[in-house]
Amino acid sequence: MPTLAVWKFASCDGCQLSLLDCEDELLALAGRVRIVHFPEATRASAPGPYDISLVEGSITTPGDARRIREIRAVSRVLITIGACATAGGVQALRNSADVAEYASVVYARPGYLDTLATSTPIAAHVDVDYELYGCPIDRGQLLETIGALLVGRKPDLPAHSVCFECKRRNNVCVVVAYGEPCLGPVTRAGCGAICPAFRRGCFGCFGPAETPNDAAQVDLLRSTGMSGPDIVRMRRLFDPAAEPEEATS
Amino acid sequence: MTHRHDRLLDVPGLARVEGEGAMHVRVRDGVVEDVRLEIYEPPRFFEAFLRGRRHTEPPDITARICGICPVAYQMSACAAIEDACGVTVPPAIAALRRLLYCGEWIESHVLHIYLLHAPDFLGYDSALDLARDRRDLVERGLALKKTGNDLMEAIGGRAIHPVNVRVGGFYRAPAPADLAPLRERLRTALDQALDTVRWVAGFDFPPFHHDHEMLALTEPDRYAIESGSIVTTGGLEFGVREFERHVVEEQVPHSTALHAHLAGRGRYLTGPVARYTLNHSLLSPLAREAAEAAGLGAQCRNPYRGIVVRAVETVYAVEEAIRLIDAYEPPPFPAVRVPPRAAAGYGATEAPRGTLFHRYEMDANGLITSARIVPPTAQNQAAVEDDLTRFVAGRLDLDDERLTHECEQAIRNYDPCISCATHFLDLHVERS
Ligand code: SF4
Ligand code: SF4
Repeated sequence: MPTLAVWKFASCDGCQLSLLDCEDELLALAGRVRIVHFPEATRASAPGPYDISLVEGSITTPGDARRIREIRAVSRVLITIGACATAGGVQALRNSADVAEYASVVYARPGYLDTLATSTPIAAHVDVDYELYGCPIDRGQLLETIGALLVGRKPDLPAHSVCFECKRRNNVCVVVAYGEPCLGPVTRAGCGAICPAFRRGCFGCFGPAETPNDAAQVDLLRSTGMSGPDIVRMRRLFDPAAEPEEATS
Repeated sequence: MTHRHDRLLDVPGLARVEGEGAMHVRVRDGVVEDVRLEIYEPPRFFEAFLRGRRHTEPPDITARICGICPVAYQMSACAAIEDACGVTVPPAIAALRRLLYCGEWIESHVLHIYLLHAPDFLGYDSALDLARDRRDLVERGLALKKTGNDLMEAIGGRAIHPVNVRVGGFYRAPAPADLAPLRERLRTALDQALDTVRWVAGFDFPPFHHDHEMLALTEPDRYAIESGSIVTTGGLEFGVREFERHVVEEQVPHSTALHAHLAGRGRYLTGPVARYTLNHSLLSPLAREAAEAAGLGAQCRNPYRGIVVRAVETVYAVEEAIRLIDAYEPPPFPAVRVPPRAAAGYGATEAPRGTLFHRYEMDANGLITSARIVPPTAQNQAAVEDDLTRFVAGRLDLDDERLTHECEQAIRNYDPCISCATHFLDLHVERS
């Protein structure tokens, strides 16, 4: 049976919890793969090599930068799960700030800490085979990916935007109907357009879609009455690299 | 971590907790010199980058501190910001929040009982191993957990990091028809929860007694979840706004989590055992009956019985969810307006793992100027270390592997959540 390992870096555990949240499929899955390393779920841990490694979280310490290389070396297929692992996550908000100053805000004696100035995605350190987006990832995508690998085909993962899913779900467009700011046009599909279904604009938790039209997006946000700094904040939450320059002016 | 110590015995990792950390025990001449939980979850700096964000943003941002109890972070954040802005949400919105929170209590407690903790008592490495012998039990746990998750999805849009919560209420209030199917599921869940209490009550609980002061929210007429003021078993009573006068945090070299204690009084414990001890007379009659039948008295001072308390609270949360759905009438507006003002606000709610405190200061435009978050695991850390010291002292004759396993188990009694504060991987025992 193929072996599966789950690893954690800086993160909230939400993405690996998505695996345990597959209540209907978990026991069946455990019959198809041997879960040999998953500290959140089992004490047992077998040494590699591993057929599939799921990696959650971003790299924020020198030790973790070393650890991910070791994990890569013993993993046949390495899949990053979630916004932290694929883009740096919310903690990447530090990337545009002064980390020493951050540390002094949170900790009285920041000298005890051993932290990097950045929170970087796994792919910035090692080769990654597949990336699952989302904060958190979608359970369905996780099962699709593992299932596809088990039968030896490529996982079917969307690269288009949330807008497509929104239409498919027959949601009312929250921008048109309620004037709500929405990142749906530039955000990667995968969630099933949850937010518009709840009458709120997408805030980008699946990260940027493959070919986002940034200029049009900024105009769209402006049309809902948003100001430049608010646009920058909204774009950066799950997309640390977003530099909507024209918005700051 | 080994570089910090001269003589170390590395033994298998501490698992089935959420987060990363280690435990270090130093024994010299047969005496336990030092026990430390080394929490090395990399610092994630939430309090720092909340500054400069709008007062509407903390529910979405702080949810990401913990994937297991995001609602707790959202609810404490909303409470603090609404406090700063002088807004009280109408009862219908408050009831919907409590209903969402019940979903999280069910999901989180059942996750801990079935997937993280019960295998300890039954001698398995994991629930998946347990399922090989007793598939029915694990299936019952997964079904119960799923009901909690489905409740969260119906109200919050998603179980992990719900999207529907906003300062002032919700983006969209569910229609009664959205909740009706859940009511039927919750009837089944109630039986499953009662069976869970009976099941875990039969576990073998090592005799162990702690005398920590305990702290929880309390309300006059119901078991506190999403609101209340603070009481302790030592007789302290204070409002949430006074939290920082009574609870002081300090940083210790061996941990990225801050240690909290009660000013002038020392370590204390928060969480289900504290809630039960301080509020059990406010549980529903059925939950109280189940507690009594499970052998819980008026107080719970054996941390091993925390699993029973969690099961009893699950019964309560399921019943409370049914009651709230029966009484549900969609609020006329899903949210009230929360206009910003220059002020400080304080909020505390009962996360599944204990009291979770938030404070925000903001300017007149609603931009946050400072934020402070005190998660339950940081509050409990000193008490857990104290327990471990006494625990290890009584078990020095065990070999390292056995001792490790038993320490892990002792730590898991507290259901530590380490993404927010702690996570364990390794136990190091240094003997000389
Ligand atoms: S991507 Fe989001 S849900 Fe996943 S671990 Fe990171 S913070 Fe948690
Ligand atoms: S609509 Fe956008 S913000 Fe909402 S869940 Fe989907 S990707 Fe995340």
